[in-house]
Amino acid sequence: MLDFSRNHFDLFGLPMRYGVDPAALDAAYRALQTEVHPDRFAGANDADKRLALQASARVNEAYRALKDPVQRAQYLLSLNGVDAVGETDTQLPLDFLERQLERREEASEALADADERTLSSLRQAVLADAREIEDRLARELDGGGDYVSARPLVRELTFLAKLADDIDGMAGSLD
Amino acid sequence: MALLQISEPGEAPAPHAWKRAIGIDLGTTNSLVATVRHGLAVVLPDNEGRPLVPSIVRYGKEGVTTGYDAMAKQASDPQNTIVSVKRLMGRGLSDLDDDRRFPYRFVDAPGMVRIATRSGVKSPVEISADILRALRARAESSLGGAIDGAVVTVPAYFDDAQRQATKDAAKLAGLPILRLLNEPTAAAIAYGLDNASEGVYAVYDLGGGTFDISILRLSRGVFEVLATNGDAALGGDDFDHRVFCWLIEAAKLPPLSPSDARLLLVKAREAKENLSDHDDAIVAATLSDGSKVSVTLTRATFTEITANLVNKAMQPVKRALRDAKMAPEDVKGVVLVGGATRMPQIRRAVGAFFGQPPLTNLNPDEVVALGAAIQANKLAGNRERNDDWLLLDVIPLSLGLETMGGLTEKIVARNSTIPVSRAQEFTTYKDGQTAMAIHVVQGERERVSDCRSLARFELRGIPPMVAGAARIRVAFDVDADGLLEVSAREQTTGVQAAITVKPSYGLSDTEIARMLKESFAHAADDMQARALGEAQVEADRIVDATRTALAADGELVDAGERATIDAALADLAAKRAGDDHLALRAAVETLNRVTSEFAGRRMDRNVSRALTGKRIDALSE
Repeated sequence: MLDFSRNHFDLFGLPMRYGVDPAALDAAYRALQTEVHPDRFAGANDADKRLALQASARVNEAYRALKDPVQRAQYLLSLNGVDAVGETDTQLPLDFLERQLERREEASEALADADERTLSSLRQAVLADAREIEDRLARELDGGGDYVSARPLVRELTFLAKLADDIDGMAGSLD
Repeated sequence: MALLQISEPGEAPAPHAWKRAIGIDLGTTNSLVATVRHGLAVVLPDNEGRPLVPSIVRYGKEGVTTGYDAMAKQASDPQNTIVSVKRLMGRGLSDLDDDRRFPYRFVDAPGMVRIATRSGVKSPVEISADILRALRARAESSLGGAIDGAVVTVPAYFDDAQRQATKDAAKLAGLPILRLLNEPTAAAIAYGLDNASEGVYAVYDLGGGTFDISILRLSRGVFEVLATNGDAALGGDDFDHRVFCWLIEAAKLPPLSPSDARLLLVKAREAKENLSDHDDAIVAATLSDGSKVSVTLTRATFTEITANLVNKAMQPVKRALRDAKMAPEDVKGVVLVGGATRMPQIRRAVGAFFGQPPLTNLNPDEVVALGAAIQANKLAGNRERNDDWLLLDVIPLSLGLETMGGLTEKIVARNSTIPVSRAQEFTTYKDGQTAMAIHVVQGERERVSDCRSLARFELRGIPPMVAGAARIRVAFDVDADGLLEVSAREQTTGVQAAITVKPSYGLSDTEIARMLKESFAHAADDMQARALGEAQVEADRIVDATRTALAADGELVDAGERATIDAALADLAAKRAGDDHLALRAAVETLNRVTSEFAGRRMDRNVSRALTGKRIDALSE
């Protein structure tokens, strides 16, 4: 059935690049799920049901990895033999770290004050920074740049995404 | 073989292949069964035309009764008349926040609470199975024969234990279960297909005992659940209970007997229902000692004493939207499901939050069963116009493992699209450690003690190594029912020490087998005839599927393979004429085996077609 050895981009018939057309990804995802989803095999034998289950889970995993800009960056680098988030060498520029730590402190204060608006604007600011990095990654990686020098950017992006999630979690605890 | 499902649209199966498929809404207060007839989903009523079956089971001296018959006896025999059993599914005694609310004689048991009744100690699974049997009987008499496939709905926020318990109940009731379907998703299917909806919708489902909120994107025939949240112990029952407590206070009543308590709960519920259409309701009852109760409850008081319940339901709504990365104004329509959404204060609160009046142009009691019937009809392989839709659902709660210090390591995040498989590597913490305890939990909290424990098992036979050298890969697989399987394997040495657990929450497989045997013994089912009938249906299906597949893609098999398949087909035809169901099953298995590679090649071809052919054009903008 599904060729499990194909990489995520191949699986969806998409070019192996950072910039992904979301509409094309969505359409390919849906087309594939339409073929392999267990709902199409409800009356099949156990072996085929199992195959459908694995294929559908694989398609979900690939979609998740390509849809999310952070995971997509990490995945693209790993396909090219570059580990962006390995535990060795986790350095980030000092000024970057300082700025984010400041934001985190501000968020903690806003949480203590139950200040939802400040949390929301902090998160928006973090996400804006993240989008800027995503645009840069698309320009550099898809413009022939090399993957090793993209590592620091991908690490910053990963850090920002985590921070945005954490701030979102803080806002969620106020609901 | 899986070939029938990938036949091209338009290749309708022969008329004899029509399947009796049903959808069941197994509710806290009421249950329903529906089917698709002439392309239209309809609820199957009883002989008196009543669509609902009250989810009540009575273990009386004269035997088991369900529905309205059981309901009539609930105040006179409360300890043997079980209502709202859904709240007990997959729950231990310690999980029930207030077990004194129930007049039953509870028996604590590992995994799931039991109830002592006149007919012996019953688990919630057995009691639910009795409700499902009544629904199955209704469907069989209405459709004129054995059911081929059933979809049973569960609250989206049900955890793994509650889902497994529901599936066990369906098995126990002798239902061939095709899928567990989330209730709000079922409602979205019924609503969305009916109205050809596109866009982001919220389904607010307040039932008798459970609350769900799901955010879905409907787009060109795809129902994609973006996020779900809820409260598996919040529903109309709780509003009844508030009124009941208010009654006791207002009428200054002394502690009540179980019968009187049940009587007043029933009256409280009637008052609640009356207040949906009237400004006040009179509660009048005569207690067992002859004393009379008569108080008036106004809508204003009712709204006031239930305000915190309404607020309690808004929290999950906010969380679901947050997880879906949506704001209230992104939601195009809010579908109300469940009888409890008839309460005006609920409609007001939902309308105010989303800034639009909720959609009420459907029957909140029936829409879940109708959606389940539509899904069952499709899964059973009955072709309809308009059935080219796809459902992508999620798991409601994160799944993880206990790590050192009683902390949770999440493996699968909540709102992951199912099916999902994810694995993570762990290692030993002591030199020479040869076993590892795996504790599977579900929930969002950091501490294991705040999450639901699903299963514990041990991986043994790890070769002795220094601490941190072993690599144990733990894999989580969640299927399309939202049910979990966990396996663990030591990787470094090639030693295959793997185990698979399927948590069954206090009901072991042998226990289920025993219950099944008992239920067969009690019902005068002719098991042999039933097994043969089922095997024949299966045989016809696979022969059909194989012939269709060979006609469409015959060039994918070579001559030798073709001869093997033809021989298996001939053997199957011979066994089909006999009455030995075991031989027939074996022949089906053989045909399955010899066609499985062919099936794989067909699937691969279809997948490539999907990406290069016309389907993708049809799906993209």
